[in-house]
Amino acid sequence: MYAVRLWSVRHAKGLNRFYQAFEKAMVALHPLWNRIGYEKLEAPFQVLEKTTKGFLFDCQMCGQCALSSTGMSCPMNCPKTLRNGPCGGVRPNGNCEVKPEMKCVWVQGWAGAERMDGNLEKIKDVQVQVNNAIKGRSAWLRVVRMTKKVGEFAPKPPKAPPAKKPAAAAPAAAPAAGGEGKAA
Amino acid sequence: MDPQIDPSAPLPSLPGHSSGGRLERILRAGKFAVTAELNPPDSADPRDVYDRALVLSEVCDAINATDASGANCHMSSVGICALLTRAGYSVIMQISCRDRNRIAIQGDVLGAAAMGVQNILCLTGDGVQAGDQPEAKPVFDFDSTSLLSCIKGMRDDGKFLSGRKITVPPRVFLGGAANPFVPPLEHRATHIGKKIAAGAQFIQTQYCYDVPMLRKFMDKVRAQGLHEKAFFLIGVGPLPSSKTARWMRSNVPGVHIPDAVIERMEKSQNEKAEGKQLAIDLIQEIKEIEGVHGLHVMAYRQEEFVNDIIHASGVMKNRQPKRAPRPAESVSVLA
Repeated sequence: MYAVRLWSVRHAKGLNRFYQAFEKAMVALHPLWNRIGYEKLEAPFQVLEKTTKGFLFDCQMCGQCALSSTGMSCPMNCPKTLRNGPCGGVRPNGNCEVKPEMKCVWVQGWAGAERMDGNLEKIKDVQVQVNNAIKGRSAWLRVVRMTKKVGEFAPKPPKAPPAKKPAAAAPAAAPAAGGEGKAA
Repeated sequence: MDPQIDPSAPLPSLPGHSSGGRLERILRAGKFAVTAELNPPDSADPRDVYDRALVLSEVCDAINATDASGANCHMSSVGICALLTRAGYSVIMQISCRDRNRIAIQGDVLGAAAMGVQNILCLTGDGVQAGDQPEAKPVFDFDSTSLLSCIKGMRDDGKFLSGRKITVPPRVFLGGAANPFVPPLEHRATHIGKKIAAGAQFIQTQYCYDVPMLRKFMDKVRAQGLHEKAFFLIGVGPLPSSKTARWMRSNVPGVHIPDAVIERMEKSQNEKAEGKQLAIDLIQEIKEIEGVHGLHVMAYRQEEFVNDIIHASGVMKNRQPKRAPRPAESVSVLA
C-alpha cells in the first residue's frame, strides 16, 4: 500500500535495525531450515514474504531483496525498475516521470538511506541486473543459503585440470547471473 | 598530439586508454572536448544521416547517435553508427535500457565495436509514456548503472554476463548521463559516483540552463574527487523560442529551464538569435567551472547553429576537428 510504503521509508532506521536482527536469527536457524529442507519451505515463506513485505514495502517479489541498500524503498516499484538510483526524469517536485502522482522511489530511497546511515555507504553499492529466473522465490531463505554457502551458493568443486597448460585462464567463477543485492 | 588528427584514421592503442578513439584521446590529452547530438532521421535514406553529420563534424570530436530519445521512434542508434563509422566519423553510440534486454544489448555492443564504434553512452531511457508510442512494452532489463558494469565486464574481463568468453573484447570508452537539475539534487553527485564505480569514464549531462545549479553539482563532484575519475561534458543547446522553451520544460522529462531564461527570450526582438546568444553565454560560464572537461551540444533541429555557437564561444581555440568523408570501401576500422 502506497501510504504504508512511505511510512516504511520514514521509519527506515528502525526497520533496518529490525531486519538486521531478523536476518541474524534466520541465519542462526539454518540447521532447522536445512533439516526441514529449503525446497519444502519455499511455498510457506513465499506467502509470508509476500504478505509482510507486500504490506510494508509494496514488495514485488523479485526474489533478491535489496532494501537495505535502497533506503527501505523497494526499487521494483520504480516504473523502470531501476536498482541503482533515480533516472534523469524526476519531476521538480520529486515525483515520478512515469507516474506523476507517485513520489519517485529513489528520492524516497535516498531519504530513507539518510535515516539509516549518515554515511550513505550501503546505497553506494552497485546492484547488478535482476535475476529473472528467481522472481517470486523467497529472498529470505536465499540470504541464509548465501551466508551459509549452501544450495546454489555452495562452492563449486574445483575442476580437475585436464592437461596441465601453463597459461590456464583464471577459474571461471561465473559472476552470478543474478543481482546480489545483499538482502535487507 | 596532433590537433589536426583525422578522426577517421585508425588510431594505435595508447597505454591506459580503453579505446582507440578520438574522444578519449582528446580528453586524456587535457583538451576541452565537444560532442554533439545528431538528430536521427525518420527515413531510410543514409543521406539524411550524412548531411546532418557533415554539419556537426566540423565542430565536434564525436557525434552522439541517439537511441529513440524521448521514446520516439527514429532511425536506430546502431544503424546511424553503422553509417557514420563507415564514413570515418567518430561516434558515441547511445544505448537506452528501455527497448532491449540483456541478450540484445550485449550482442549490439559487440556488433558496434566490430563496426568501429569506440564510445558508448549508457542511458536509462525516457519512459514509453513520453513518446509517440506509449502502448509499447518497457523493457528496462538493465538500468544504466548495471549496463555500464556489464559492458565494462565485457571489455575488461572479456566475458559475457554468463561468464562465457569473448574472444576479442569490445574496446570502448564508456559514458554515463547525469542530470544535475532534478531531485534528489543533493545526492546527484553521489549517484554519478556510483555510475563511475560501475564503469563510466565520461559523463554527459542534461541541458544546462541554470549555471548556479550546475556549480553546486560540480562542487559536490569535486568534493568527491569524481572529476579526476571521469570527464564531465556539460549539455548545452540553443532554445529556438520562448514558446519551445516552455513546451520543453513541461513535456520533455528532466529538462529544467529557469523562468529568468524564458523571460530573457521573451524580451528579445529576435528570439532565435537570442537563443543562440544565450547558448554562447552559458558556454562561457560553464567552461570556466573547475572539473568541466567539455561540452555536449544538443541542438534539436538547429544543427546549422552548432557551428556558430562553438566558434563564437571559442571553446575549440585553434583546434579544428577535421574529417574527410570517405567511401565506405576505403575505410578500415582495424588498427
